[in-house]
Amino acid sequence: MRETAGERWGRRIVLTLLTLFVVIPLYVMVTSAAKPLQDVQNGFTWWPSRPTLQPFIDMWSTVPLARYLVNSLVVSSIAAVCSVAVAIFAAFAVSRYRFRGRGVFSVTVLSTQMFPGILFLLPLFLIYVNLGNATGIELYASRTGLVITYLTFSLPFSIWMLVGYFDSIPRGLDEAAQVDGAGPLRTLFQVILPAAVPGVVAVTVYAFMTAWGEVLFASVMTDEGSRTLAVGLQGYSTQFNVYWNQIMAASLVVSIPVVVGFLALQRYFVAGLTAGAVK
Amino acid sequence: MATSTTAPDADRREPRAGSPARGPARRPRGPRRSLLPYLLLAPAVVLELAIHVIPMVVGVWMSLLELTQFHIRDWSTAPFIGLENYRATLDLNSAAGKELLHSFWITLAYSLLSVGFAWLLGISAAVVLQRPFRGRAILRALFLTPYALPVYAAVITWSFLLQRDTGLVNHVLVDQLGLMNERPFWLIGDNSFWSLLVVSVWRNWPFAFLCLMAGLQNVPGELYEAAAIDGAGFWRRLRSVTLPMLRPVNLVLLLVLFLWTFNDFNTPFVLFGGSAPEQADLISIHIYRSSFKTWDFGSGSAMSVALLLFLLIVSAAYLLITNRRRDDHA
Repeated sequence: MRETAGERWGRRIVLTLLTLFVVIPLYVMVTSAAKPLQDVQNGFTWWPSRPTLQPFIDMWSTVPLARYLVNSLVVSSIAAVCSVAVAIFAAFAVSRYRFRGRGVFSVTVLSTQMFPGILFLLPLFLIYVNLGNATGIELYASRTGLVITYLTFSLPFSIWMLVGYFDSIPRGLDEAAQVDGAGPLRTLFQVILPAAVPGVVAVTVYAFMTAWGEVLFASVMTDEGSRTLAVGLQGYSTQFNVYWNQIMAASLVVSIPVVVGFLALQRYFVAGLTAGAVK
Repeated sequence: MATSTTAPDADRREPRAGSPARGPARRPRGPRRSLLPYLLLAPAVVLELAIHVIPMVVGVWMSLLELTQFHIRDWSTAPFIGLENYRATLDLNSAAGKELLHSFWITLAYSLLSVGFAWLLGISAAVVLQRPFRGRAILRALFLTPYALPVYAAVITWSFLLQRDTGLVNHVLVDQLGLMNERPFWLIGDNSFWSLLVVSVWRNWPFAFLCLMAGLQNVPGELYEAAAIDGAGFWRRLRSVTLPMLRPVNLVLLLVLFLWTFNDFNTPFVLFGGSAPEQADLISIHIYRSSFKTWDFGSGSAMSVALLLFLLIVSAAYLLITNRRRDDHA
């Protein structure tokens, strides 16, 4: 099928406009991170006339960025790994077994993903605070509390995508393993998981991104010691100065790992979406 | 999210799903066997119960209490007041009720516009990237980047662009193009709504693009060949082949995007630094601010529950209507 001249020009125009829309903010983020403070305070310029890497050094001392970074890393990694581990077992059950409550489980889990976060925020806040007062289990203002909260945020989507992946693995493989005498768990670990590695990795990255970018609970459930990047970056705006160049530098640094991870795995997300929803 | 898609799936899979138990290595159908799926689900169920279901029930209970700052330390002392919180916050003649209604309309307009534009950009990109050409993979990765960025990094960057004196937007509009004589404020006043909308479209359209791209991969190329042989031009193919084939994706995508933007907290919270102007006072921000400003968690919970009920009714109506139309077509 040939492309007409009109279609070709239409395509070029659409792509140019979309590229500009996407790129301009990214361009500003990168170039402003390489400007001295004076240059971001005195009106906008397209090009850094005095390029410097100083903001990438200063950003660590203006706010305790290293601490926020460690908190975010710890919370997001643990939440991602736990979430995926829990999701693997649940997805295995949904994909391979027929049991009473299977439909109810799927629908309930997915619909919680759609509920407003603000609905859980007030009760969870009170539950965490009161639990801490009553039993001494510190969930409020602690990284443990954040981990538990975040791992449920990515759970529904992780289960959903893994069910799609597991379904696409032929059941003949399970049966062959069972002929060899493998139990259900060995079937899961030795047959299904090795075949679903891309899906598991993609879901892990998704869970990590969810926790890494969460703002609402991070702003209520943390104190200075457990603060994550989502809230910590606001520290660059002080009463006297807004360190825009350092904000851009810090934003860039905290974005690169998740953007690279997501883009590297994007085709597995597409595959997962295709397998899970788009039938 | 997949209420409409998992159900038919389950039916289709049923005959096969039992097969492990009937497999050649016939295992005893003891209690251990039938319990296994529940054991596998247990961690997920416990977590969902603890973080979502129980707090939701607690939230409904809280909305029936006079849970003001005097009782927040020890909420067992909060008196039960029935529907009083609902009456107070949803009374459209009171100041609080008027503010809530205003916030509701703002949020509705915001979600509908944001979903509409995000879908439009997503379908444009998916369609023009459908055919392979040099550089397609790079553009695809680039277009997904706004969605991959942590939301606060993306929104902070936009708030820098929208600064009155030092931002790019005013530099281009006022200094370079000379379209305006005076530098407008973008983050306060009437403009703040449109700023919020642009930021949200910038951030969400790649998700629409990703889903529509996945959906387009399932459209058989022969359909386009056949349409082209019949003399169908670009728009005709779009209307008669692409859009009908994308219908199942669109049904889920539009609902998900709507619920996400309706519940959006992050974008206004980061863009306006926690104090959204009234023209951009989205409902999540409204509930958050009125709860933590006055420490009146009772009425905050009442507003949250009312919000949930509204979203449940909208979702149910949407699914009913779209399912009925699908039956008509069949």
